[in-house]
Amino acid sequence: MTISEETRSELRDIAGRYPQARSGLLPMLHLVQSAEGSVTPAGIEACAEVLGLTPAEVSAVATFYTMYKRHRVGDFHVGVCTNTLCAVMGGDAILARLEEHLGVGNDEVAPKRQGDQYSVSLEHVECNAACDFAPVVMVNWEFLDNQTPDGLVRTVEALRAGHPVASTRGPRICTWRQAERVLAGFDDGLADEGPAAGPASLAGLQVHATQAEIAGLVQLADAPRHGLTNEEYDA
Amino acid sequence: MTLPDASANGSSANGSSATGPSGTGALMPVLTANWGLERAWTLASYAAFGGYQALDVALGMTPEDVVETVKASGLRGRGGAGFPTGMKWGFLPAESEKPRYLVVNADESEPGTCKDIPLMMASPHTLVEGVIISSYAIKANRAFIYVRGEVLHVIRRLQAAVREAYAAGHLGTDIHGSGYDLELVVHAGAGAYICGEETALLDSLEGRRGQPRLRPPFPAVAGLYASPTVINNAESIASVPAILKNGAEWFAAMGTEKSNGVGIFSLSGHVTRPGQYEAPLGITLRELLDLAGGVRAGHELKFWTPGGSSTPLFTAEHLDVPLDFESVAAAGSMLGTRALQIFDETVCVVRAVLRWTEFYKHESCGKCTPCREGTYWLAQVLARLEQGHGSEDDLDLLLDQCDNILGRSFCALGDGATSPITSSIKYFRQEYLDHLTHGGCPFDPAASTLFAQEVLA
Repeated sequence: MTISEETRSELRDIAGRYPQARSGLLPMLHLVQSAEGSVTPAGIEACAEVLGLTPAEVSAVATFYTMYKRHRVGDFHVGVCTNTLCAVMGGDAILARLEEHLGVGNDEVAPKRQGDQYSVSLEHVECNAACDFAPVVMVNWEFLDNQTPDGLVRTVEALRAGHPVASTRGPRICTWRQAERVLAGFDDGLADEGPAAGPASLAGLQVHATQAEIAGLVQLADAPRHGLTNEEYDA
Repeated sequence: MTLPDASANGSSANGSSATGPSGTGALMPVLTANWGLERAWTLASYAAFGGYQALDVALGMTPEDVVETVKASGLRGRGGAGFPTGMKWGFLPAESEKPRYLVVNADESEPGTCKDIPLMMASPHTLVEGVIISSYAIKANRAFIYVRGEVLHVIRRLQAAVREAYAAGHLGTDIHGSGYDLELVVHAGAGAYICGEETALLDSLEGRRGQPRLRPPFPAVAGLYASPTVINNAESIASVPAILKNGAEWFAAMGTEKSNGVGIFSLSGHVTRPGQYEAPLGITLRELLDLAGGVRAGHELKFWTPGGSSTPLFTAEHLDVPLDFESVAAAGSMLGTRALQIFDETVCVVRAVLRWTEFYKHESCGKCTPCREGTYWLAQVLARLEQGHGSEDDLDLLLDQCDNILGRSFCALGDGATSPITSSIKYFRQEYLDHLTHGGCPFDPAASTLFAQEVLA
């Protein structure tokens, strides 16, 4: 594929955000993925051209980072956390169930069946900083908290059928290519979707509120009751 | 990620006059206080909660006085190493032709660590306000928030907060009529644990492979674009507004003598109510577990990490270790990022350690030989043991390999890779041997899952 003039212009915009243009390379590669569906040779050449680098220099960067794909992924890229904590909390069982259900292995795309609106791909991912919601699954880098094997199979089927699926802490999950555009720094207007925090994020606050309430009640009970005898107060 | 900086370990120079332990055992929400508010992520909600008042306090002071305030608060880096934040700011050369930069390390990726991500999702303006005050203090006119790429909604919220802050005049030129200018860019990474190491992050932010740089020169002298640069963890920078608003004494009065203030403690795993618990440093796991409803019903604590997978494991005998930098170090581990991963007796420690080791192998950047080759060897020997194939000599082999990695790697990633191995052999040697006599893992992996009932039924 060739890179459109519009995309080239956006690549230049990204480079322009920084004091030195090369700093834009990571978001530029995200934009290439959004436009191309993966990091393609044409995308690498476009980045090299904008930044005055060789394609080899851009490739060296693109191959270092896990999020850059040199092959197609699904419209919905499912990442099951199998780092230690999520693994023991159920991540291993979830991944095994998904592999069996989709008939694919790690970093593979499940073929679109007749009637499917969207394709899905599967990957095991490392810790995604949501351990208090373990086991965690990311779909297009949106959080799905406290997952189960059966629950995730149902979610994946809903995604394939084109039904709306909301992140536990975020908006309706967009496609992988739309997500990559946000990572490149282009607003999609969805920041106000979803809650401020999930239940686990608020666990300490809730305990603190309860403690404060108890402290308040104790203070109330111990306070001198001016002008009333205990009998009058109780009455 | 916790990549404790060897040069910062054991440092006691925090320039504070702390008053000793206070408030241990009780929670103290500061950074988390507004997370439960409706639309907490918006400027309107943050401002109604008193947000951006600290910025006016700071702009009414000289930059030097802001640095002194942060020094006096005793704030130490919340990204793992615990280096005094104000002192780090003070390392910038007084005179320099080159521009200065502030870079926020929001690449939270250390296994178990999950505090910065909920902070930036619930209250991104806390971080943005911290960036503005900190940049003013170090006289930087450009700042960057480097956030890991795998958290789409957090990135949306950060980008929206920065847009709102520009529109309200908190960012841009002549902020609040002070004559101070600041440009802030939210920069998404692309999946690499090593980019949490500060110099690797700078290379990545320059559009290169994220590999660590030799130090010295330290970033304060030659950081981003070889210019004087301060790089701090997201929670450290987010702590700055509250310090300016409430005073250095207020912050220094909390925590322990050398570990001042509050921090977010993240409980995960086999605990009744996992989540974020903000408390003064020095609280113990026993106290935190009390608040979180204890280890999950019918089970008991087996092992835990005090500060992520790179910090040596603790067991039930460490329940009363005060979770401050000095006490955790004295007990043989590191406070790290206060990432308390709780594992009960259903978990096989060999399986847990093997999985972490595979992670380090995958994330090793390849720059230095001890880490690149060593993590491969560690994973191979551990896998052999876990499958029940190796021999008892393999434990000595593992320890020997760890010896050849620890202290010989280019950065702390290699050091961190050895922590779970050496500590697990120290506390659970017999469990390794049980794999040999049993011919494999004697544990049922289904028993440790969140949905154990469903699976076992």
